Amino acid sequence: MDDKFDVIIIGGGIAGCTSALLLARAGVNVLLLERAEQAGGKNISGGRLYSYSLETILPGFALSAPIERQITQEKLSLLTGETSVTMDYRHPEFAQDATSYSVLRARFDPWLMEQAQNAGAQCLTGVQVDALIQENGTVCGVQIGEDRLDARVVVLAEGANSLLAEQHQLVKKPQPHTMGVGVKEVLALPRSRLEERFSLENDRGAAWLFAGEAIAGKAGGGFLYTNRDTLSIGLVCNLSVLSHGKNALPQMLENFKQHPLLRPLLKETELLEYGAHLIPEGGLNALNPPFGAGYLIAGDAAGFCVNAGHTVRGMDLAVISAQAVADTLTTALQKDDFSAASLAAYQTHLENSTLWAVLKQYRSLPDTLLQNPRYFAEYPQMTSDILRELFEINRHPAPPLRSILWKHARKAGLMTLFKDLLRGARSL
Amino acid sequence: MKTEVKLSKNHYVIDENQPHIIPADHPDRQILQQLVNVCPAGLYQLNQDGSLSFDYHGCLECGTCRLLCDEKTLARWRYPAAGYGITFRFG
Repeated sequence: MDDKFDVIIIGGGIAGCTSALLLARAGVNVLLLERAEQAGGKNISGGRLYSYSLETILPGFALSAPIERQITQEKLSLLTGETSVTMDYRHPEFAQDATSYSVLRARFDPWLMEQAQNAGAQCLTGVQVDALIQENGTVCGVQIGEDRLDARVVVLAEGANSLLAEQHQLVKKPQPHTMGVGVKEVLALPRSRLEERFSLENDRGAAWLFAGEAIAGKAGGGFLYTNRDTLSIGLVCNLSVLSHGKNALPQMLENFKQHPLLRPLLKETELLEYGAHLIPEGGLNALNPPFGAGYLIAGDAAGFCVNAGHTVRGMDLAVISAQAVADTLTTALQKDDFSAASLAAYQTHLENSTLWAVLKQYRSLPDTLLQNPRYFAEYPQMTSDILRELFEINRHPAPPLRSILWKHARKAGLMTLFKDLLRGARSL
Repeated sequence: MKTEVKLSKNHYVIDENQPHIIPADHPDRQILQQLVNVCPAGLYQLNQDGSLSFDYHGCLECGTCRLLCDEKTLARWRYPAAGYGITFRFG
C-alpha cells in the first residue's frame, strides 16, 4: 500500500471517525489509522454523549447506534464523610437536539467507524503510527515500522495523551494542573434491578455527579451513569492536586464507593472492567495552535474539552472540531495548499463554532473554581450542616431557618462566601 | 476490592519481551511518590528501602505517569506495540 492519500487521520475515536466520515462524504481519499485491534478498544470515557453536534451529521443516529440510555435524570450530590445533599432534576420529554446518552466506547466507536467506512473512508485498525514524516518542515505522511504512508495532509486525533504531536513538537507537553485523570469501573447490574434502583423507565437513564468528599475535598468529583445493564462509576481528579495529595487514586475510588450514599446503590454489582483516561481540563488558556504546515489536531489531542464541574464535555466538542477539520480540508484540497497559512482557516472555523463559545465561557473556571478548595471541602460541609440543623428534631426547640443560615454564613466568613459565590457564578 | 483484582477483570495481551514503560535507574524519590499516588492501576510501589517496584503488566495506557515526569524518572514511555496491551470491552 504505497498509494498517496489525500488525508491520513491518526486515531479512531470520536474526532477521528467523524472527520473521516465527513471527508469521505466530500469525496476525499481518506485513510484512518487506529492502534487498537478494533475501534474503541483503547478508548474510554466517563460515559455521556451530548448528541446535538453528532445529530447534525448523522440525524437520528441514536435509533441505530449502540447507545446505552437516554439521560432524563440529572443528580448532583455534595458529600461529606457521612452525609450527602442531593439535587435531583428530571428532564421533560424533550426535543431531539437537546438529548444526551450514556455510551460505552468499545460499543459505540466501532459503529461510528462503520459509518465512516460506509461513506467511503478506509479504516485500518491494529496499526500503530511510530512517527510523522516531515519534509521541508511540512507534515506529509506517517511512519509505521519500516513502512511509510504519504498524505497531502495529516489529522492528529490521537487523544489526550498525544504522544506523536509532542514527539514532533507540534504541541507542548501539558502541565499537570491542566490535566485531570479519570478512573472508571463498569459494574454489571441486571436490567430490572438497575431500573428499580434508579427509578428508571423505558430505556431512560440517570447521570449523577458528586462533589465534596468524593475525592477527599479536592478539586474534582465523582460520576455515575446508568447504562443498559451496567453502571459506569468513577472519579475525576486534577493531576497536580492528586500528585501533591496524600491519597492514592485507587484508594480514593474505593472510599468513594463506600460512602453511605453510594454503597447501597452498588450492592450486588459485579465488576466487569476497570479503566482510566486523561482529561484535558486547562481550557482555552492551555491550548496550543491546533494546526501547522501539513497537519491539523482535533478532539482531546487539541485540548478541546471542558470540565465545568457539573459536566465534562469532550465528545460533543470532538464532533465539532471534526466538522471544522472537514470544512478546512475540503477547501485546502481544492486549492492544493497545505501551508500553515492555508490551514489557519481551521482556527477560524473553530472560533466561529459553538466549541469556541463553550471554551470562552468557561475560560476562567480552571483557575478559580477548580483551584479553590473551599468549593470542594468547606461548602459541601456547610450545606450539610445547615440541612442537618433543619431536619434534626430533638428535645430542644429548633432554631428558625434564618438564624441557622446566618450562623453558618458567618462561620464561613461573609466576605469570603460572597466573593466565592460571585467568582464561582462568573466563571460558570 | 484490591486494584490487582480489578485489573484481573480487564482483557490484556502482554508483550513479555517489550516493556512499554521502563523506569530510569536512579529516579527522584519525590516524583516516585507522586507516581505512587496517581497511577490508577497502582503499578508503582515504593519498597521500605526506598527502591521502586514497577510492573508494566496491568497498565491502563492512560499516560498519567508520563505527564508527571521526564526521562530522568521514566526512561521509556510508549504505547504497547499494535496487538498488545489492554483492550477495553466496555470502555
